[in-house]
Amino acid sequence: MTRRTWLLCLIPFALSAQVTSDQLVKAAQDPKNWLTYNGSYMSQSYSTLAQITPANAKNLEQKWVFQVDSLQKFENRPLVVNGVMYLTQPPNDVVALDARTGRAFWMYRYNNAADARHCCGAINRGLAILGDTLFMGTVDAHLVAIDARSGRPLWDTKVAEGNAGYALTLAPLVVKDKVIVGVAGGEYGIRGFIAAYDVKTGKEAWKFYTIPGPGEPGHDTWEGDTWKFGGASIWVTGSYDPELNLTYWGIGNPGPDWNPSQRKGANLYSDSVVALDADTGKLKWHFQFTPNDPYDYDSVQVPVLVDTAWRGRPRKLMLWANRNGFYYVLDRVTGEFLSGNSFVKVTWAKGLDDAGKPIVTPQPTNTPVFPGVQGGTNWYSPSYSPRTGLFYISAWEDYASIFLPQEVEYKEGLSFTGGRPVAPIIGARSPSLRANQINAGAAESIGYGSVLAIDVRTGQKKWKFDMIDVTDAGILTTASDVLFTGGREGYFHALDARTGALLWKGSVGGQVSAAPVTYELDGKQYVAVAAGHAMFVYGLRE
Amino acid sequence: MRLELWLGIALTSLSLAAQEHVGQYAQADIERGSRLYAVNCASCHGVGGDTIPNVDLKSGRFRNATSDEDLAKVITNGLQGTAMPPHKFDAAELKGVVSYLRTMREFGMGAVALGEASRGKSVLEGKGACLSCHRVEGKGSRVAPDLSDIGSIRSASALERSLLDPNAAMLPVNRPVRAVTKAGRVVTGRRLNEDTYSVQLMDDKENLVSLNKADLREYKVISTSSMPSYKDKLSASEMADLLAYLLALKGTN
Repeated sequence: MTRRTWLLCLIPFALSAQVTSDQLVKAAQDPKNWLTYNGSYMSQSYSTLAQITPANAKNLEQKWVFQVDSLQKFENRPLVVNGVMYLTQPPNDVVALDARTGRAFWMYRYNNAADARHCCGAINRGLAILGDTLFMGTVDAHLVAIDARSGRPLWDTKVAEGNAGYALTLAPLVVKDKVIVGVAGGEYGIRGFIAAYDVKTGKEAWKFYTIPGPGEPGHDTWEGDTWKFGGASIWVTGSYDPELNLTYWGIGNPGPDWNPSQRKGANLYSDSVVALDADTGKLKWHFQFTPNDPYDYDSVQVPVLVDTAWRGRPRKLMLWANRNGFYYVLDRVTGEFLSGNSFVKVTWAKGLDDAGKPIVTPQPTNTPVFPGVQGGTNWYSPSYSPRTGLFYISAWEDYASIFLPQEVEYKEGLSFTGGRPVAPIIGARSPSLRANQINAGAAESIGYGSVLAIDVRTGQKKWKFDMIDVTDAGILTTASDVLFTGGREGYFHALDARTGALLWKGSVGGQVSAAPVTYELDGKQYVAVAAGHAMFVYGLRE
Repeated sequence: MRLELWLGIALTSLSLAAQEHVGQYAQADIERGSRLYAVNCASCHGVGGDTIPNVDLKSGRFRNATSDEDLAKVITNGLQGTAMPPHKFDAAELKGVVSYLRTMREFGMGAVALGEASRGKSVLEGKGACLSCHRVEGKGSRVAPDLSDIGSIRSASALERSLLDPNAAMLPVNRPVRAVTKAGRVVTGRRLNEDTYSVQLMDDKENLVSLNKADLREYKVISTSSMPSYKDKLSASEMADLLAYLLALKGTN
């Protein structure tokens, strides 16, 4: 054998790395796989697959189900790479499944520290992948790298102190040679940060505190020591623009959640979006949605990046339906506010000024504030279809809370919420992120769920699909103009993305609290969604 | 000890022990606990303690604890594999939280006058004619909600409100509905569940009925209760007796 032949023999092995950096940049052009939490760096939750259409969606049938061995809330949005589905069994077990049959190749079990404190459930929303390595954040605030072929751990980096209320619940974002995460813990008086780690070693590359320290711009938006435990957590994955080399992240509520008099000032960068240099973590710009927030209106929504004509010229936009009930369009190069309007009933502000700042209208004590504590929308992945020009969100309509602020002292590791929100109807259950029961009294007078389609050109609603119960489901659209989503009622829906008409529904018997994904195998399109305590996968009847 | 013995015998007989609660725990502890509860517990468990499935703190329905010591252990250590995190409370704070959990149903019942439960039973079965719609321990109609454990799930003041002003106190989920099918059949009843496509109800003949909304010509949720107000129907002492009886209804198992 010549030396050259030897080399040729080696090539298949040398090329075996599954997902390259370039593939991640071009993920939208690789619709057979689902390579990042929101499908691409633009986070449009849109796929160019088009085999399932409005005409044949009625022929969808269940192909397989994978039940997780956990009764924790299942908010996972899986990855699919070359026929393998990677999901997290709550909270932090990673499972590799055959995406055809749902049969497991391997499972990696991670044991969280017993003293980990996390506010709202032992949750994990997903994984990231680069090469042959999967990355997972844990509820005890570690970042773990796992071999995607064997399920063996490669490295484990402690990101923050789990017993001080820090947790990682989001899917990490890989950009070039770094894996980026942010810390949850907005109900525990953490000081939030976003940090990047070397994909090979797990060594910290940069760290951006979401609350500026002494001497940094914005520090004066906090009074006294309040910046040290002011929250500003991160619990949903950001986006990335490779041309600008900027990564965008939504930042959570300031703490204590409901008592703003304990933290006077705008409380930057809580309830903001930040644009960071992906190599250094340096802040390029920020935009704050809700200054000095008294309602827990986290801005952890997914930054949806769209390149389209805006008022007659092509522009790099960012679309943002915020928990505070307003829909915003920003220029993502500069952070400039372009337009905004409410998309559900809003009473805490009467509108936005020319700079996008809310014109606040505080409601009298003990009266309902719209939207309520879970917001007009929340962390549920929205979708944008370049074909329809519509932006799709899961909304909570006509939904209010009464906010009861209370003085609270910060103690490390203890809940730091400063009061409580209550339902406007005495004795009625308020819809909450925790409630698992279907339609548990969440009747008409305390809000209902809907899918809203907003025309990006006008900011106005194009159509609306109403449900009885509220929804925590994310949204997926495809190039055949089919929209997939679910809700609390235990259905998985296919809607016509142009009209909102129901095309098909499947019973999943438990609430959908995640966004669907789609992939192609053997020339067949599949759609997968986590619901209840199982992953359900559908395809067309053959 | 007596409390623990009861709890050891049957978890659900907690409700019996609940009668012992007021007085057993120091008011200062209860008040301290209520403040800690609002800040540390209510965001997941809800103000009323019942937002986690199968857990109802105020009626003593716990999944992982029977004694006060168990409760303290769960609060301190959390429950691995669940959303319940550990908490750093000092001894006095912990005592406060446990005291509050054990008394939260009674906490704030304040100004409601309670009479004699045995006389209240006669009011319920006689003058009040409550059993013509409600059911208690196997007696009466199923058309309105069963009251056999109402004392575990409602405070005295909420019960009083329901009796005086049923429309205002009616929970959305209990609203009566009226449906007319495309074939003209009229169905009226109490809504048990509803989603975007269907509604499940108990009709006025005690049948469990599920209707597809697509098959209906008319579907209306009625916001007035069919229960009469007892404001002018019962004397103050009859009302106090009835409330005492309702509060004593803790379920049969």
